[in-house]
Amino acid sequence: MTVPKRIGKIRFGLISPQEFRKMSVVKVITADTYDDDGFPIEMGLMDPRLGVIDPGLRCRTCGGRPGECPGHFGHIDLVAPVIHVGFAKLIRKVLRAVCRECSKLMLSDLEKKEFLRQIRTLEELGQPTEDVVNKVFAEARKHKVCPYCGAPQGEIKFERPLSYIEDGHKLTPSDIRDRFERISDEDIMVMGMNPETARPEWTILTVLPVPPVTMRPSITLESGQRSEDDLTHKLVDIIRINQRFQENREAGAPQLIIEDLWELLQYHVTTFLDNTVSGVPPARHRSGRPLKTLSQRLKGKEGRFRGSLSGKRVNFSARTVISPDPNLSINEVGVPLEVAKELTVPIMVNPRNIEVVRKYVMRGPDNHPGVNYVTRSDGRRVKITERNCQEVAQQLEFGWKVDRQLADGDIVLFNRQPSLHRMSIMAHRVKVMPYKTFRLNPAVCPPYNADFDGDEMNLHVPQTEEARAEAEILMRVQENILSPRFGGPIIGGIHDYVTGSFLLTHKERRLDREKLMEVIKKLDITDIPEPAGYDENGDPYWTGKQIFSLILPKDLNLTFKADFCSNCPVCKGEDCENDAYVVIRDGVLLRGTIDAEAVGAFKGKVTDRIIKEYDPGVASQFLDRMTLLALRGIMLAGFSFGISDEDVPKEAAEQIHDVTRSAKESVQKLIEAYRAGELEPLPGRTLEETLEMRIMQTLGKARDSAGQIAGRYLGLDNSGVVMAVSGARGSMLNLTQMAACVGQQSVRGERIKRGYTDRTLPHFKRGDLGAEAHGFVESSYKKGLSPTEFFFHAIGGREGLVDTAIRTSQSGYLQRRLVNALQDLEVNYDGTVRETRGMIVQFKYGEDGVDPSRRDYASPDNVHRIIRKVLAGENA
Amino acid sequence: MKRFAVQDHELVPEHILLTPEEAQQVLEQYGVEARYLPKIHVTDPVAEEIGAKVGDIIKIKRKSPTAKESIFYRLVID
Ligand SMILES: [Mg+2]
Ligand SMILES: [Zn+2]
Ligand SMILES: [Zn+2]
Ligand SMILES: [Zn+2]
Repeated sequence: MTVPKRIGKIRFGLISPQEFRKMSVVKVITADTYDDDGFPIEMGLMDPRLGVIDPGLRCRTCGGRPGECPGHFGHIDLVAPVIHVGFAKLIRKVLRAVCRECSKLMLSDLEKKEFLRQIRTLEELGQPTEDVVNKVFAEARKHKVCPYCGAPQGEIKFERPLSYIEDGHKLTPSDIRDRFERISDEDIMVMGMNPETARPEWTILTVLPVPPVTMRPSITLESGQRSEDDLTHKLVDIIRINQRFQENREAGAPQLIIEDLWELLQYHVTTFLDNTVSGVPPARHRSGRPLKTLSQRLKGKEGRFRGSLSGKRVNFSARTVISPDPNLSINEVGVPLEVAKELTVPIMVNPRNIEVVRKYVMRGPDNHPGVNYVTRSDGRRVKITERNCQEVAQQLEFGWKVDRQLADGDIVLFNRQPSLHRMSIMAHRVKVMPYKTFRLNPAVCPPYNADFDGDEMNLHVPQTEEARAEAEILMRVQENILSPRFGGPIIGGIHDYVTGSFLLTHKERRLDREKLMEVIKKLDITDIPEPAGYDENGDPYWTGKQIFSLILPKDLNLTFKADFCSNCPVCKGEDCENDAYVVIRDGVLLRGTIDAEAVGAFKGKVTDRIIKEYDPGVASQFLDRMTLLALRGIMLAGFSFGISDEDVPKEAAEQIHDVTRSAKESVQKLIEAYRAGELEPLPGRTLEETLEMRIMQTLGKARDSAGQIAGRYLGLDNSGVVMAVSGARGSMLNLTQMAACVGQQSVRGERIKRGYTDRTLPHFKRGDLGAEAHGFVESSYKKGLSPTEFFFHAIGGREGLVDTAIRTSQSGYLQRRLVNALQDLEVNYDGTVRETRGMIVQFKYGEDGVDPSRRDYASPDNVHRIIRKVLAGENA
Repeated sequence: MKRFAVQDHELVPEHILLTPEEAQQVLEQYGVEARYLPKIHVTDPVAEEIGAKVGDIIKIKRKSPTAKESIFYRLVID
């Protein structure tokens, strides 16, 4: 076993040519890879000393088999030095800072001493030295004459990608290297480098390391042809040019040819390191595809860091579209049969389960739930087929591992990106189903922030007992009903669940025996309460409140105001004529309407009380039954919303028109008063600001009263109102905009005027300050917008879109930084918060050591309730 | 120059220098060596004010919105 090691420190520097040679196991001199028999050629790019990838062979350096041998570096001796692209900027800075003759850093000794001192202090404090170092380069560059030898300095021009031009002459990498070699250790330290680990001349390559074959394996195509890695292709180019260069130089070729070849060598080494340098045409494959070279392997989303280390693809996972299924428990997830046949759970065969496991194996892979693979004690894996399943089943022994297909009741992790909080991954029980989507109860949409407009989700199958236990105890949906964010239930009714509960429980909804049965037939309830009364025919009837009481725990006591409460100036409490004051006594809903405030996600007072007073199991059962009941409730009543639901009677339309017209008139009066200089400025405001505020106020009021007029004609017989009032979806404002008046459009909280001079559109007179000219939309959505209104509405609408786009990206980045800083912190059993080294961050979690999801809104009311309960228990 | 006490400012919580015995007790309570505690520089104005030396432990009583008062310990370093 490998022993975990603690990393003491990491030091970054440059590798010297000596070090490159030292770590090299072979000097590569030939561009060939394999010989005709398919064996790697010695001193070639696939030299067996560089590591092994072919099965059956052993590494000539370490003796390891493929997989064991990490691979070993070789090297190429470059005929002439070339610049390392990554250091182009540093080379430019150093070139400009040192003397062309004596290679001294062009600063006075005193300055050098002072800068060095500053750098040392910053280093000791563990702070970045970048600013000081930049100052060093900036100061040294100012000298036109060397303060040491007096040599006049030429201007050094940098031309993309890699040319340094001094007095019209291009400096060769050799020239630069020569200059850098003569820089003293002291000067290097002033430039912020450590001469022992990073000398400036090491940025000019004379030796090129050849990466081990393990990081550039060749693949054999079906045709038997070998296909080499992009890096190998690039190395071949480098070696070829290197060879030609040497031959030409030895043959005494003309300077022009030598320069061309040098340039070419530089090009190949550059693209080997980075194939996206601007100004350098990317090296391409024969097919025209740009090669993926070293820096492309690391950079970006698909690169080694973000693509392979921070996140990677995993086994035992599945992804598909989600769709709703209210008949599932909130703890369940519907898994398509096709997925269930692919994913497996390992079972270790033992004396207790061998007969059961044997039955699974005998089913084969096609007969769900069957078995896909069997692993024997010696580690040999057998794929189960229709043909061998009987045979393998008979051979089964203790200690074998059987990969059983996913079946009902297995525990899996279910996830939707972006995983912003811990409820983004929860554990569900599998329910294998036909068709191709994952199914979930819509009540669990809020924690995932999922909807069904094409959202996809991921599913993972835990593979060990420990993982399964942990998932079941900590990650089950029912364990996550309470959100640690606000201490209330994040899981609960949405949309039709809320509407359904509302319709079922509002006022006195009477159901005869047949309807009662219809509503509760999906529930596991067998005891029917006494009828609430008998109708004129003498037939018994039950109320919706009675039926809802069936799913409440028998000793639940709770009173609260419904979402639907209109916040009357004096609350009449239990006598509320709107039926908005909920009273639950001993598990019976006596008064009030069940709406979003009672069972909705994020609110759910009833859910909240049940989970805190009983346990998550009771709460999840309540939610399961509530979802079934609510849907029956809505189906019983029948519920739809259409364009005609936005209609208001003629007299209402006239009243609304009167309101908007008089509002526009008073806006005109305000403008006239302003023009006449009669407007009184509000404290701290200019006259113009005052006018704008008064206009906004007037028009805002007009929209509100238009809404009120519409509201008077839209009662609870309107399904839009039912949804808005119960908290299921939408608001009265939405309805107002649809039925009465859309209202003022705004940009940055002002009327539409930003970016315009004199007028917003040619439809208006210059200098018009009136309501229509600055984005007041008098029409309703139902009526339709006039062309100018439509234009202003588009302006206001776009601001909303831009805001959301900006907000999500900003909050996403903020979240990333926060999570990166906090992810390894841990709350210990003694209540302290510590990081991985054991350093204490907080002596008590959150300073008070309280889990926010159990805090019960930190209300003293709840303490009183508990005391009352305890006292009642003692008296009984 | 007029000297003033930083601890008199309402935003500076109360800092108390622990005796070696008290310090030992704190370390035992949390089962850690002193180096696992949060740090404070000797040159910190408050540390100077209460005369802390390197290796001492300072107890800080902070006002907390969640717990009214929260206790914090910091090791004096240089
Ligand atoms: Mg969606
Ligand atoms: Zn090896
Ligand atoms: Zn000089
Ligand atoms: Zn009321």
